[in-house]
Amino acid sequence: MKAAAEMYAPATSRRSFDVERVRADFPILNQTVNGKPLIYLDNAATSQKPAKVIEALRRYYREENSNIHRGVHFLSQKATGEYEGARKKLCSFINARSTGEIIYVRGATEAINLVAHSFVQEQIKPGEEIVISEMEHHSNIVPWQIVCEKTGAKLKVVPINDKGEIILEEYEKMLTPKVKFVSIVYISNSLGTVNPVKQMIEMAHEQDIPVLIDGAQAVSHARVDVQDLDCDFFVFSGHKMFGPTGIGVLYGKQEHLEKMPPYQGGGDMIKSVTFEKTIYNELPYKFEAGTPNIAGAIGLGYAVDYLNDINLDDVYIYEQDLLAYATEAVKKVDGLRIIGTARHKTAVVSFMLEDVHPHDIGTIIDSEGVAIRTGHHCTQPVMQRFGVPATARASFALYNTRDEVDALVQSINKAKKVFQ
Amino acid sequence: MSELKSLYQDIILDHNKSPHNFKKLENANRHAEGYNPLCGDKYDIYLRVENNIIQDVSFEGAGCAISKASASVMSSLLKGKTKEEAEELIEVFHKLVTGGVDPMEELDRLGKLAAFAGVSEFPARVKCASLAWHTLRAALENKDDVVSTEK
Repeated sequence: MKAAAEMYAPATSRRSFDVERVRADFPILNQTVNGKPLIYLDNAATSQKPAKVIEALRRYYREENSNIHRGVHFLSQKATGEYEGARKKLCSFINARSTGEIIYVRGATEAINLVAHSFVQEQIKPGEEIVISEMEHHSNIVPWQIVCEKTGAKLKVVPINDKGEIILEEYEKMLTPKVKFVSIVYISNSLGTVNPVKQMIEMAHEQDIPVLIDGAQAVSHARVDVQDLDCDFFVFSGHKMFGPTGIGVLYGKQEHLEKMPPYQGGGDMIKSVTFEKTIYNELPYKFEAGTPNIAGAIGLGYAVDYLNDINLDDVYIYEQDLLAYATEAVKKVDGLRIIGTARHKTAVVSFMLEDVHPHDIGTIIDSEGVAIRTGHHCTQPVMQRFGVPATARASFALYNTRDEVDALVQSINKAKKVFQ
Repeated sequence: MSELKSLYQDIILDHNKSPHNFKKLENANRHAEGYNPLCGDKYDIYLRVENNIIQDVSFEGAGCAISKASASVMSSLLKGKTKEEAEELIEVFHKLVTGGVDPMEELDRLGKLAAFAGVSEFPARVKCASLAWHTLRAALENKDDVVSTEK
């Protein structure tokens, strides 16, 4: 068994990571909120954007805006070049075999819905099963419930333990011949748990079960290699990896994508149309009906450039250090309980404070300029599992610092004081 | 900071800590459940209504300080009120937390409710303050469905 930490095992050290230089790349961080410097700790919801990405969007609309794939004029060719160039960047970013395996979508949610509709729903029969885990985001629960409703298939849920880790023995037991699909989150948005997905994929493949990995929380924190993971599908959103909103990626193995029917019909996804017969376009265009989010895709390409320049291995080491520091610091707050204490975590600290509701914490620390998330984080089953209505969640990114952790702790103490 | 103080008034903190009428009402003849799916706040409101008059009221549940204090203060104001008077209170409270009433001009009508005037500065918290009141309306109408802040 290969542990999650070994899977990352970044070869480089912290030497080259200069957080102050990184912060200077993010214009939004340089502002005050309620008279205090902004401390942005809601990165699991969405990350901020570096100047490079913002500038790319601006330049696109000022100098290059044009529709892609059809015009013979200068601007259309330029826009097409940039749009397809971004696809190439994304292809090597996750180490896909070819750009045909990189489908642009609105985000991880749409990607999961696409697979649910065009892959699983096409094949699954009544009584057959789809396996997910107890820590899934609603976006990796509801599409499967819809498939089950339509087909009579059953949804099976792998339980998690008190630390917030998937119980692998239970998972193994669930992988019966009835199971036709597995869809698992790589990193939990509400707990920070890093799941041993490579091992889980291997286990499913031994039974010939295809696997989708929800990588929405993974791509901004660690290097992802879809060939090494050997997942059948991998989905992520641009806006959680320093790119624009409204753009994301579905990676799928070519052999699957070729067999799948289109998700939506329209322009660009066809080779030829007559009223008698329409011939669908080749991959990846078969799944990209209509004028896409061109600016978003180009901007996402620049976010990939940014992460490549910075080196995700260094980011991983830096964030692990920050997580250790933050965990120790918040633990010292009297009456604070951390929800999600898995052995392998990314920099997410979800917590409860005795006698202070998460919503009150959120409002009070906002008055100190500290932005965190409070609520169920679109993972209501996780809240039920831990017997809490909601949590307060600080989620870190590569631009956060130890000083910001200290400010978070101070503001939590202030919230406690208000309720004394 | 001053805005924050105006939100977490002493009266709100006190009612959060020691809520009034915080129990199940055994002889209730009206009941409704209120739920805010966004933050998980959940309250049951129980009423004993006889001859159009609220004879007794109580609530149970869990949520943030704003929602709990709001339910508590509400319960302390309802006893002896007619259904119409209660509905009028619901209206006044709604206007107050959405900034539609100047609390200084309406102090008489508002009484203890004036403590919630600060909520209007925090749009994200209006639903917290309103949850119990929406639920009260449903209980008065004797609706059995769960009342959601998201409908």
